Amino acid sequence: MSDISKTERSKRYLNPYLGGVLLGLVLLAANFIAGRGLGASGAIKSVVATSIEVVDKNAVNTMPFMAEYAQSHSGSPMRSWLVFEMLGVLVGGFISGAIAGRLKLKVEHSPKITSRRRLVFALIGGTLFGFGSQLGRGCTSGSALSGMGVLSLGGFITMVGIFGTAYALAYFFRKNWI
Amino acid sequence: MGPLAPNGIISENTNFLLAFFIGIAFGWVLESSGFSSSRKLAGQFYGYDTVVLKVFFTGAITCMIGLLLMSLFGWIDLDLVYVNPTYLTSAIVGGVVMGAGFIMGGFCPGTSFTGAAIGKIDAMVFVGGLFIGIYGFAFTYPWWEKMYMAKYLGEPKISQSLGMSDGIFGLLLILVALGMFVVAEWAERKFPREEY
Repeated sequence: MSDISKTERSKRYLNPYLGGVLLGLVLLAANFIAGRGLGASGAIKSVVATSIEVVDKNAVNTMPFMAEYAQSHSGSPMRSWLVFEMLGVLVGGFISGAIAGRLKLKVEHSPKITSRRRLVFALIGGTLFGFGSQLGRGCTSGSALSGMGVLSLGGFITMVGIFGTAYALAYFFRKNWI
Repeated sequence: MGPLAPNGIISENTNFLLAFFIGIAFGWVLESSGFSSSRKLAGQFYGYDTVVLKVFFTGAITCMIGLLLMSLFGWIDLDLVYVNPTYLTSAIVGGVVMGAGFIMGGFCPGTSFTGAAIGKIDAMVFVGGLFIGIYGFAFTYPWWEKMYMAKYLGEPKISQSLGMSDGIFGLLLILVALGMFVVAEWAERKFPREEY
């Protein structure tokens, strides 16, 4: 306990096992209410599809990606469960950060690297993750976590792919983190 | 009874409203667990902070047990719950590409949103990257379509594929997770760590 009282308030986090149980209950609620799990990249996909549609109304006929999207989503792309959920994530994250005193505009990086290097890698990493999430039909939330929650074989495979690769490559990017 | 929306117990608009509140809870749990910090997340791959493993597996297992119990009590019809389809090739290749993005960028999509929500500029840039990656996939889709559709296996459950019941697989998963938690606690004691 004395350790905790010495830690700055902004660096105090939820016990990870308690956090995990709460996360599981949120995921369970999503499945019980909506019949589907949580997600993140799907919301961005909706925004991307909307923007393509705005620029080119005919895109659904000319772009196979849009045709595939339209097949799995009826109505406007923004009227999507994940879009509303991710708006909530922004609000929930902000509330938690505000309560814990973690609201601060900053680039978080290891003292061994510059902010610029951190941002370049964040951009490359985000681009790869965005691309991979489309290929893998969902990201860590939608494919791995939610898939595992409903025992989907694909969910477990994607989880092993994500974490296995990150471990395999960790040595090469160690300077960025440790 | 459940799931509520597919059974028509709640309307589509109610479902969307509840999605917003579920999202708030999701974002709150992620941020409170420290998932808004890329250095905390990356700790998983160097052993100094294993919060990702603990939260992720405890979460998946809690949901799995909850669904199995609810189904047992007749509260939810699991046939109406979406089970992610398995396209073997794209599940593996997509996972590998995402793993590379994870170790370079330090976030995954959901966590980057919570980081951006509390002002992390690196998280905002990561989100920008997500858009670029998804646009990139959308415009080059014909190149990947064959791989994207390859080795479709339907919507198998891992328990079926391994030839065991959901309950037995669940029990095994819990035991494996407990073993990993022991290793994780050991790693955190072994590798020096500071809070970010």
